Amino acid sequence: MKILKALLAGSAMLLCGGSVASATDLEVTHWWTSGGESAAVAEFAKAFNATGNHWVDGAIAGGGNTARPVFVSRITGGDPMGATMFNQGRQAEELVEAGLMRDLTDIATKEKWSEVIRPKSLYDGCTVDGKVYCVPVNIHSWQWLWLSHKAFEDAGVPVPTNWDEFVAAAPALEKAGKIPLALGRQAWQTTGAFNVLIPAIAGKETYLKVYRDHDAEVAAGPEIAKVFKAADEARKLAAKSNVQDWNQATNLVITGQAGGQIMGDWAQGEFQVAGQVAGKDYSCLPGLGVNALISVGGDAFYFPKLSDPEKSKAQEVLASTMLNPKTQVAFNLKKGSVPVRGDVDLAAANDCMKKGLQILADGNTIPDPPKLNTEDTNNQLNDLFVEFFSTPSMTPEDAQKRYAEIIASAD
Amino acid sequence: MIFTALVVFLGGTIWTIVYSFTNSKLLPRLRFVGLDQYDRLWSTPRWLASIENLFIYGILSLILSLLIGFILAALLDQKIRFEDTFRTIFLYPFALSFIVTGLVWQWLLNPDFGVQSVVRSLGWDSFTFNPLYDQRIVIYGLLIAGLWQGTGLVMCLMLAGLRGIDEDIWKAARVDGIPMWKTYLFIVVPMMRPVFITTLVIIASGIVRLYDLVVAQTSGGPGHASEVPAKYVYDYMFAAQNLGQGFAASTMMLLSVVIVVVPWAYLEFGGRDRRV
Repeated sequence: MKILKALLAGSAMLLCGGSVASATDLEVTHWWTSGGESAAVAEFAKAFNATGNHWVDGAIAGGGNTARPVFVSRITGGDPMGATMFNQGRQAEELVEAGLMRDLTDIATKEKWSEVIRPKSLYDGCTVDGKVYCVPVNIHSWQWLWLSHKAFEDAGVPVPTNWDEFVAAAPALEKAGKIPLALGRQAWQTTGAFNVLIPAIAGKETYLKVYRDHDAEVAAGPEIAKVFKAADEARKLAAKSNVQDWNQATNLVITGQAGGQIMGDWAQGEFQVAGQVAGKDYSCLPGLGVNALISVGGDAFYFPKLSDPEKSKAQEVLASTMLNPKTQVAFNLKKGSVPVRGDVDLAAANDCMKKGLQILADGNTIPDPPKLNTEDTNNQLNDLFVEFFSTPSMTPEDAQKRYAEIIASAD
Repeated sequence: MIFTALVVFLGGTIWTIVYSFTNSKLLPRLRFVGLDQYDRLWSTPRWLASIENLFIYGILSLILSLLIGFILAALLDQKIRFEDTFRTIFLYPFALSFIVTGLVWQWLLNPDFGVQSVVRSLGWDSFTFNPLYDQRIVIYGLLIAGLWQGTGLVMCLMLAGLRGIDEDIWKAARVDGIPMWKTYLFIVVPMMRPVFITTLVIIASGIVRLYDLVVAQTSGGPGHASEVPAKYVYDYMFAAQNLGQGFAASTMMLLSVVIVVVPWAYLEFGGRDRRV
């Protein structure tokens, strides 16, 4: 009873305090729910709360495909949140066109976003007709192969340095009772793995021709055929991987039950939470160790138009907090991604992150599929690859034919 | 009331059908593209797989839940002791949502924790029962969960029907020396026709809208082996931000229901004087 009273008193005080200090509650929705991700998002919340406002966390578990429909229906249905995350690219394209998102150009010019945000493509990804509509918060890349040192030690083979060596080492891993390749069964992961194989096996040009120019002839051609062959190998290596979520698959690598995983650099957050050290407990191979390039994509926050002026002010504060150099470092170190500002101190970055920074500095980058394809095309690709990766009887040739059809119909 | 019904049901339906002929993406827009969405729909392997899966699930679930439900009801009707207790036990799963049912059966059918591992730990090491990870039989994994959840309700409806049969009919049948199974099959079942029809409609509507069980239990996998049309509609309308495609698929679902329901309703209610 006493506790209940105390709680009631406490909440009453909070309510009063809220109105007096004019701290504004702002609901922020996102789909960051794994260990590393929630540690990272807590950094944002901390920084935002320090400005005297209040971060109301609206995390939705189950990944982007589950969360995005919720965001979109809340915004179009007239119950917008304070801010919401999307992947950089075309996911929120129509919401911006329909005028549902807030124009951030004023604050962007004041804080010189166009100068501090690098690479430039991230800033451009947030602008529509010269106006800024979102805040990019990190640079994520997909093109990484994460390897467990323990698994390879147990199997008695050296840790591979590229995809071919990895494939060659697979039989030894299988003999030692390991799963060679960990792969979550959710559709976006199988598509992601395939999209990583394209630039690694067929090169940057082919990748751009297929996804940027939507050239169906290239998609049906011999270069992509090689990629499908590699994907065929990959699905055999991953046949025993029975997990769903990506972080469960990463966990197989962390615990040494699986040899490796093709996953974006957000996987690094999981290794960090598990207390593992890059180079000692695990290795990372950008571009699968074949073709050292990374895609530049990432997450961005959009701010729906709100009628409450208090909340609109809080939105501005949040936008500038997210891009603050200090917040950027704290957030990205936890997230495993690279800050979007070049003018920050990254002494604390680990091995893998440094590799990424180096490739970024060399300009060896490609745009991310969500930037080039509509969600419709990506979903069709998801349908294809989730079938391909779990249907051993589907031949690479058949799959390629359907792949070319999807690319031909993409806009 | 009539206004609400017209606007919500008829209006919503017509709106959906009209927009299925447009290329609406995230937001509905009136840019007509003819039958493009339908063309694409019927050349999508995932949609075809969904239809096939729903067909298998539907037929089996219809037959089995009627059969099991009726047998359970007939057994309970034998004036047994603790009838209330049994009825509660059989009906209990129906109190759970499909989401919970799906999750429970996902664990029960998981090879590392569920039935397979229990049987193996009893000493039968080669025992394999792994429906959720095998494309060929995953649909039966769904069926088990669906039957477990739904049969209780069918049983209750049947039991109510059986209770509605006059005691005198049983007595007359016994006097005539008709065996019990024959009485059930040729006298009681035909008399229960209205109950059977109600039950059939309830089961059938449950089958067509099958969605949450799949999402909770298998999320459509492995591959497309447990995809269903309702999930295709949802995924394309919201996740893929392609309303036109989703509307085309939902219109096809509506059409299939209409094709089944209209002739049946005509026979059932149109020829009323046939059976009095």
